[in-house]
Formats: sequence, C-alpha cells, structure tokens
Amino acid sequence: MKKQIIKRIIELIIILIVLSFLTFLLMYLAPGDPAEKRLSSQGVAVTKEVLQAEQERMGLLRPFFVRYGEWFTGILRGDFGVSFKDDMPVSPKLVSGLKNTSILALASLILSLLVSVPLGILSAVKQNSILDHIVRILSFIGNALPNFLISVLLMYFFCIRLNLFPVVATGSVQGLCLPALSLAIPMAGRFTRQIRTETMEQLRQDYVTGLRVRGVREKDILIHNVFRNASGHIFTIVALQIGILMGGSVVIETIFRWPGIGKLVMDSINARDYPTIMGFVLIMGTIYVIINFLSDVLYHVLDPRV
Amino acid sequence: MDKKKKQLKRKVMIAAACAGVLVVLALLSGVIAPNDPYATNAALIRKGPSAAYLFGTDNLGRCVLSRVLVGARTTIAATFILVAISFVIGILVGMLCGFYGGIVDEVMMRIADLMLAFPQMVVAIAVAGILGGGLGGAMIALGITMWTSFARLARSHTLSIKNEPYIQAARLLGKSGPRILLIHIMPNILEPVLINALTQIGTTMIGISGLSFLGLGVVAPQAEWGSMINEARAYIQIAPWAVLFPAAATVITIIVFNYLGDAVMEYRKADQ
Repeated sequence: MKKQIIKRIIELIIILIVLSFLTFLLMYLAPGDPAEKRLSSQGVAVTKEVLQAEQERMGLLRPFFVRYGEWFTGILRGDFGVSFKDDMPVSPKLVSGLKNTSILALASLILSLLVSVPLGILSAVKQNSILDHIVRILSFIGNALPNFLISVLLMYFFCIRLNLFPVVATGSVQGLCLPALSLAIPMAGRFTRQIRTETMEQLRQDYVTGLRVRGVREKDILIHNVFRNASGHIFTIVALQIGILMGGSVVIETIFRWPGIGKLVMDSINARDYPTIMGFVLIMGTIYVIINFLSDVLYHVLDPRV
Repeated sequence: MDKKKKQLKRKVMIAAACAGVLVVLALLSGVIAPNDPYATNAALIRKGPSAAYLFGTDNLGRCVLSRVLVGARTTIAATFILVAISFVIGILVGMLCGFYGGIVDEVMMRIADLMLAFPQMVVAIAVAGILGGGLGGAMIALGITMWTSFARLARSHTLSIKNEPYIQAARLLGKSGPRILLIHIMPNILEPVLINALTQIGTTMIGISGLSFLGLGVVAPQAEWGSMINEARAYIQIAPWAVLFPAAATVITIIVFNYLGDAVMEYRKADQ
C-alpha cells in the first residue's frame, strides 16, 4: 500500500511537470503577439522599432527553453511571473482569486450534497414510488441545465423580478447565494442520480439481507452500513465533478462578477495576458490531479477491500 | 422481461423520434424561419411576441424565432461534427493501439492519460481564448480532450476481442492487419463506442454553447443559442423573451439528447 502510494506520488510529479510544459507550449504557440496587443491597447502606434523594443522588454525574444526554465523555476518559488497587462506580479492576483473561487466552489458543493445525499438515498430506498419518480425527473432536468443558463434565469427571477439579491456579487455572503446556487443545481442533479444508483447497489448486497434477517432496524442499516459503504463512492463522485465545477465557475464568476480566478482568467484572455492564463491552467490542472489522487487514496482507506 | 424490453424499446423510439424532429428542424431552419434572422429593423426593437414575430424581437429588431431556428443549426451541427471527428479519431487510435500494442500504444495511452489530467472545460476556455474565438476554435478546444474517451473505449474493446477465434482465423487466412481491423474488429466494437458518442452529445452541446456564451465561440452576428442568451441578458429586464426562448430551446435539445443516450444505454443493458 505504502509502496503504491509512493509510486503514485512520483507519477503525479511527472504529470505535473509535463502539465507545466504543455501549458507553456500552448501559450508559446498561441497566435497573436502579446507585445503588439499591449501596445495597441495603450494607443501606441505600432512601428517595427517600438514593437521590437517592447518584445525585448517583455522577454519574448529569448529562446523557448530559457523562457520555460525561468518560468518553471519561478513557479517552484511561488512566482508566476509578471502580468503582460499591467506589469504587476501575477501570483497575488491568482491567490486572491483562488481564495474567492474556493469559497464559491465549497459553498456550491455543500449546497448540492445537502440536497442530493438525502434525496438520492431516499429515492433508492423508496424505489419506483412517486417520490422516486419526481426526484429522478428533477435530477434529470438539473443535469441537462447548462450553468450559464441557470444563472441568467436565477438572476432574472431573484434579482430583477423579486429584487431579493444584488445583481453584482461583490464577495458578500448575500452575493454568494445565487452564484453558488447556479453551480449547485446541475451538480445536485448528477450527484442525486449517482448516489441513488450507488445506494441501490449497496441495498442489493447480501449483508443488507443478513442484517434484515437479524432484525436490525432498516433505519440503522441505512445509516450505519449502507451510507458508510457508499460514502467512499460519494467522495469519488465528488472528485469527478471537480473538473466540471472549475469550468463552470469561470462562467458563473464572469456573469455575477464574483472576484474569483475564473473572472480573472476571462479578463486576462481578453487582454492576451499569458502569464495569468498559464497560472490559471496550471493551478487548476494541479488541483484537479491532486484531488483525483486523493480520492483514489481515500477510496482505498475507506474501503480496505479494494 | 420481454415486456420490459418492449417498454425500453418504445422509450428509445420516442426519444429518437424527438431527436430526429429537432435535427430536421435545424436542417430546414433556413426554409422555415419566418423572417431573415440577420435582418435588423430599427422600428421593431425589443417588441414582445406577436403574430408576425412569434418569439418577439431582440434589441436590433431581429426575429428571435428565426434566430433560434438558425441557431439550432449552428449548435447542433457543431456538436455533431465535433462528436463525429472525436469519434473517428478516437476509434482509429484506440483500434490501432489495442491491435498492435507496443510502443505506439504506450505513447498514445500516456498522451490520453495526460489529457485526462486537464479538466476539460478549463483547457477549452484557455485554448479557445488563445485561438481568439470562432466556432472552429471552440470545437478544437473541446476536441483536444474529447477524443480520449473514445480511444480508451475502442482500445479496451479491441483488446478483449483481438484473440477471439474468428480474428485468429482471419489472420491464418493471411489477411492483412488493416483489413482485419476494418472488416472484423471495427463492426464488433462499433456499438459501445457509438453509444458513448450518443451520450456525449448533451455535454458537448453544453460546452459549445457555454464557450459561445463567454464570447469564445461563434462570432457575432452569427446566431447561436449561447451567444444569443449572452447578448440578450443585458436587457433581460425589458425583453425577457429574447433570453427565455433560446434558453428553452437549449434545455429542450439537451434533455432530448440526454434522454436518448440514457434510453439506448438502458436498452443495451437489458439486452445483455
């Protein structure tokens, strides 16, 4: 077990290094010249000399591997370079964005689990009842809703029609409600379906029959045995959603102007601010890979049989 | 059991019929659209639904119904093309890797692993952003990670049948590798991979509309549901219909294709 984990960690490190290389390569190959974009956005007439001087200043003329090496060693020190847009260091922006995004992501995860765990288990227990059908239909619809659409509709009904929430979510608790809800609804749909399937799978196991025969109360079986056994899977289910959650948060943050890393990257894309975009891709990729790794390990810990 | 299968089959048929209707509507959108989807009209800005403009008009006086119909073509065509290309690349790579094995297999599967290490939408946003928008860019951005699921599936199914007696017989008859792949292996692994393609349609559609919504997909004034919703949300207070109709179209289309994918999967499960 220990050996396996060490092996996985080494693999993880290699993947992360390749990830950083690919991210850098992507920005290197990108069409469009950031120096030119910067100059023209400042209203400078772009002549050949000016452009070359600016490229020189931004360090764009040095060889590929020198630039990659510099960028990579910088990241190891926690330095993501300097923004092409305003010459400010990228790291603090990424950190504060990440903090806000984490708040949003956590809120939406908790929200969707609070709804989907009880509903998923309940509809599995009362299979084919009216409740089960309603839950299934709702979760099916939730799963089919793109989150940009949900957020626009929520905004329309709650901010404009009912006037309950502020339209712009500037980091306040009240402003957190709608963005978190927009992310949580499709996620809750997927969670409910998967938890329902997983619970049904557990209920079919022999040990449940055994416990029932011994006269253990159905409620106790559900809480102490079925839920415990299913919980390992629930973590995996959540880990698999992280990627979708990351993409979704870019959309949601842009709509609600939530000051997270997703909004930061959209602003950076418009300004061709490559260091910020690279930082975003690398951070998101790293979190994603690590969460998947942890979910694997945790799965083994929670369920020693595998 | 038989009754249940019949029921499932009916479910598949109904879903397929609905999906078919949507595709036909999208294909014929140029003919059925009551107005020119790109014609602006200063006199008819943000008018509510009426007989001439069933879904109302947007802030440039364009007919929302016509734009929803033409937008269907954009969204559905882009989705189908993207899924089809990923399918073809994936199945070819998967079959070659599974059948020949060796170093190529090792390398391709490592690349596929790496692609899985990136969250799809994050890559898509970065790549589409760098490519500078456009529907083609959005499709490339989503496709970079999409082919891997097809490749893995095709590979594992190829591996599971490549030592079957009928494949060995074909080999003994002296048939060449590519021939065996095309004639004997492909037909046998097609079904699971096709079903995977079917289940990917809904998510792909969400991806394409999502990118267009962010301004990383279609370029204005081309009609596409995601970008229509994005444009119209600025004046949702005055003209909610300009958002609600493309929104409804998006949801209905995704639900129909997801339902079709689910139904086919269930049907196949009951088959086994």
